Amino acid sequence: MIISVPAFAMWLKRMTEIKIAYFAWVRERVGVADELVTIPSSVVTIEDLARWLSARDEGYASAFENPKLVRAAIDRVHAKPHDMIGNAREIAFFPPMTGG
Amino acid sequence: MTSRVVIRIQAEAFNVAKETDALSSPHDDLGAVATFIGYCRSEGGRLAALELEHYPGMADDEIKRVVDQALQRWPLSAVSVIHRYGLMKPGDGIVFVGTASSHRAEAFAACEFLMDYLKTQAPFWKKEHRADGTKGEWVEAKADDDAAAARWKIGS
Repeated sequence: MIISVPAFAMWLKRMTEIKIAYFAWVRERVGVADELVTIPSSVVTIEDLARWLSARDEGYASAFENPKLVRAAIDRVHAKPHDMIGNAREIAFFPPMTGG
Repeated sequence: MTSRVVIRIQAEAFNVAKETDALSSPHDDLGAVATFIGYCRSEGGRLAALELEHYPGMADDEIKRVVDQALQRWPLSAVSVIHRYGLMKPGDGIVFVGTASSHRAEAFAACEFLMDYLKTQAPFWKKEHRADGTKGEWVEAKADDDAAAARWKIGS
């Protein structure tokens, strides 16, 4: 089977486009509540993604400046920094929870 | 045992009497109902309100997971968890947790466990609105809350 290069590129793009949601002061610092992002293949874990996002601009840098204060969820389940993003459709970043 | 489970995430206020009655719907072995209500405080007049933000897609799932853990651990005939979001004024109820069991020890323990876990696991965040009109801060999580959840010694 032969797949054209543009078709493959489209497929790859779709596979790596992911929704990222932000909450509380992480959302305020980043400046958006959620966004669709195409992440490079070098970004494998939650920690990688946080580092990659913080290089985007000052807002992201300030949101992720203290990694210990930012929690994450993969497809709406709590995740740890070393957890793999894999084929996740939605990643969320937020401060430690203060409900109740 | 089939347990009656109510999980609601809502902007509206809850009616404590109605929710408590629902937990104690009569059955032969009902012996105890324990409830906890968390309220918005003014912190000695410093705050005008608390704003509760949540992660809509995740909050419901996470509360379900915590309730399932409680049901595995204690024989409960009913569990209710109601958590509000939006703007809360001092005196407003923010969260209602209720448990029903045959004996008080199980009802008390499950109720406390649910609150300890909700505090650290349910995706809700509080922002202060100050009474003097100046910009308020996001409430910081307390180390005590993690310690309270950790003493139940189960994985999250």
